[in-house]
Amino acid sequence: MSTCVETTAPLSGHSALRTQRRVIVCAGTGCAAGGALKVLEAFRALNADVSLSDDACPHRPVTKSGCQGFCQMGPLVSILPEEIFYTKVTPADVAEIAERTLANGETVDRLLYRDPTTKITCRGTDEIPFYNRQTRFVLKDCGYLDPENLDEYLSIGGYDAAKMAYTKMQPADICAEILKSGLRGRGGGGFPTGRKWEAARSQNSAKKYVICNGDEGDPGAFMDRSVMEGDPHSVVEGLMIAARAIGADKAYVYVRAEYPLAVKRMRMAVRDAEASGILGDNVFGSGQRIRCEVMEGAGAFVCGEETAMIASIDGLRGMPAPKPPFPAQSGLRGKPTIINNVETLAQVPRILLKGADAYRSIGTATSPGTKTFALTGHVVNTGLIEVPFGTPLREIVFNIGGGVVDDKGKISKKGFKAVQIGGPSGGCLTPAHLDLPLDFDSLKTVGAMVGSGGLVVMNHRTCMVSVARFFMQFTQRESCGKCVLCREGTMQLLALLDDVIEGRGTAETLQLLEKLGRAVQLGSLCGLGKTAPNPVLSTLRYFREEYEDHVFNKRCATGQCKALLRPEINQEKCKGCGVCIPSCAVGAITGEKKKPHHINPDLCIKCGACAQACKLNAVEGI
Amino acid sequence: MQAQKPMLATLEQPSTAARKFDTVCDILERHARHPARLIPILQAVQEEYRYLPEEVLTYIATALGVTPARVFGVATFYAHFALVPKGKHVIRLCDGTACHVKRSIPILDALRERLQVTEKRATTPDMLFTVETVACLGACGLAPVMVVDDEVHGLITPEKAIAIVDDIAAQEAALCQPA
Repeated sequence: MSTCVETTAPLSGHSALRTQRRVIVCAGTGCAAGGALKVLEAFRALNADVSLSDDACPHRPVTKSGCQGFCQMGPLVSILPEEIFYTKVTPADVAEIAERTLANGETVDRLLYRDPTTKITCRGTDEIPFYNRQTRFVLKDCGYLDPENLDEYLSIGGYDAAKMAYTKMQPADICAEILKSGLRGRGGGGFPTGRKWEAARSQNSAKKYVICNGDEGDPGAFMDRSVMEGDPHSVVEGLMIAARAIGADKAYVYVRAEYPLAVKRMRMAVRDAEASGILGDNVFGSGQRIRCEVMEGAGAFVCGEETAMIASIDGLRGMPAPKPPFPAQSGLRGKPTIINNVETLAQVPRILLKGADAYRSIGTATSPGTKTFALTGHVVNTGLIEVPFGTPLREIVFNIGGGVVDDKGKISKKGFKAVQIGGPSGGCLTPAHLDLPLDFDSLKTVGAMVGSGGLVVMNHRTCMVSVARFFMQFTQRESCGKCVLCREGTMQLLALLDDVIEGRGTAETLQLLEKLGRAVQLGSLCGLGKTAPNPVLSTLRYFREEYEDHVFNKRCATGQCKALLRPEINQEKCKGCGVCIPSCAVGAITGEKKKPHHINPDLCIKCGACAQACKLNAVEGI
Repeated sequence: MQAQKPMLATLEQPSTAARKFDTVCDILERHARHPARLIPILQAVQEEYRYLPEEVLTYIATALGVTPARVFGVATFYAHFALVPKGKHVIRLCDGTACHVKRSIPILDALRERLQVTEKRATTPDMLFTVETVACLGACGLAPVMVVDDEVHGLITPEKAIAIVDDIAAQEAALCQPA
């Protein structure tokens, strides 16, 4: 084990974690869904089996980790210290792993990751492009650390930063250090964290609150879930430091209810930290007090908005309030309150330990540090990634993501159409933006935003009008109803998009979409309404010809808008076999035997049954 | 408040109703009857009843000293609170972005067709299944995703979804058979 030296490889958990002799089974939501817990049990059963001698099967400690990010290849198993990384492991593979790898140090090649582009088989994560091209800062220990074990977190210097903050630093120094680091809120807005803290610190109030925003409601985003599941103590520690920085003695962690595992792990982390005296009435002997409570949301996207979350914590409908006053001045129960995103807080202990200057050396001048993204959609490698700010989109989609896939999952060289970034508040990036360095400011210039970090890759078979409609339907449902323009405007925007999709659109529809979109942006109180039209405006900006095709030619080139489909039988391909005639439920197909058939467009209900029945692929346009 | 008990009793068998009512009182006590704790209270009550019966909501309002309108306001605001009973098995299909672009809607259509339910009438008449969509479960790497009760199923196709439902339906049918 002494031979295993800490390397500078980007994916390196703390050396103390990497050199321990053990088996790590990923037990994040993704792998658990794939059966990881059964794999874990199988390894444990092996250890419990005393009939096996140590020679035949060396007993090795088995631990579980939080999300390792490569959800698509799960369940994932790492063998340490050899750093062998197995993918798609089933309980049936466990005996073979024990015999060949644990006992004899051989690899089970069929379980290793094989790069679909280069066809190279990778032994460990350091050889896999998905991992080795990332820069893991927040996620550094995610995937190595046992999230349910406080001692393990302590063994790698956990809570050292909190101890320093409580015993050696003054609140003003902490705020200054965070401000100097240039840390910006990872929840979407990108507001400088240090400035927020300083605003709350300077308030003269005996009672102050800190809240961790784990209400990650953006569809297609799961960065915060992974951090809470994989490294919950880092979030608690960040929250403690935030509390110290502003002088708060009560902290809340607000986690959305759709993340039961994250709720469980956060509760466990808080309970363990309390039991060991880290959280309590005399933190590290400093005489300071900090108590923490984990609260489960109840399913309202708008509660991700600061003022709505404050209302929700107080047992009210989660409706936003006008700002100012900002929560830092008057928040929960009228007291100064700061709300920080999970990922922001998880950065804090690391910044204090490494120093602001070291932190600024990563990322860009105005957006220092790294950002986690949930890379999903039509891409080879889906999962959780972390890259420095300023990384171009091309690197993410084609190198880390491994390229774009078609509907059948095959790599498609020309298939890249767009990336939707920032969820329902964000916008689309096109092939023209592939070399744009991603950071808070560059994205704003092209009408998108970092948002919480959902990156959904879309291939050429995706209809951008339908994508805009999808997000509009989401925000329309989630609008709390307080502001008229958001409540009614999103509904009208949705209706206008339906007109386009169902073939009723005119040139005026497109003008109205733009005009109304701008009105909703102006007339809404909170971030939800202000950004709700972004997906529509952004797709109108970059894919206007696709909207025009729907409106003027009544055509959807991707074939996704059912009302615009015009199924036809290719007269050259059709051999008149007649197999399509009985497949049609409405009797729309006619034709003589051995002569090309026809579809009567007035009768056709565009169900697609004939296209499925035809063996010659002669039915086109559906 | 006195009128509440008979109303509850009509809801279910008297003994079950009384036992559950005691649980509601326990929940209220556990949260010190504090109005700020309304959401955790409703969550705990829903865990017990699997939905929020109207009578119980009125009782909670009285116990917390707030108006019934406020309790109803909160219960109707949040998506997780159900005012009508759900089926024994709740099927939640994720319609987050990643699942959506990986074609979750045909799966939803297939499930609704198989169970003969709609968006408005989401529960089967025999109260076995409820089909609903959910914004994002955060398991985007496995899109499309379906959650049956608490079990997450990834990389779902319409065929797989139907097979899972058929399995549960078969198990339920076996339970109903006299031994």
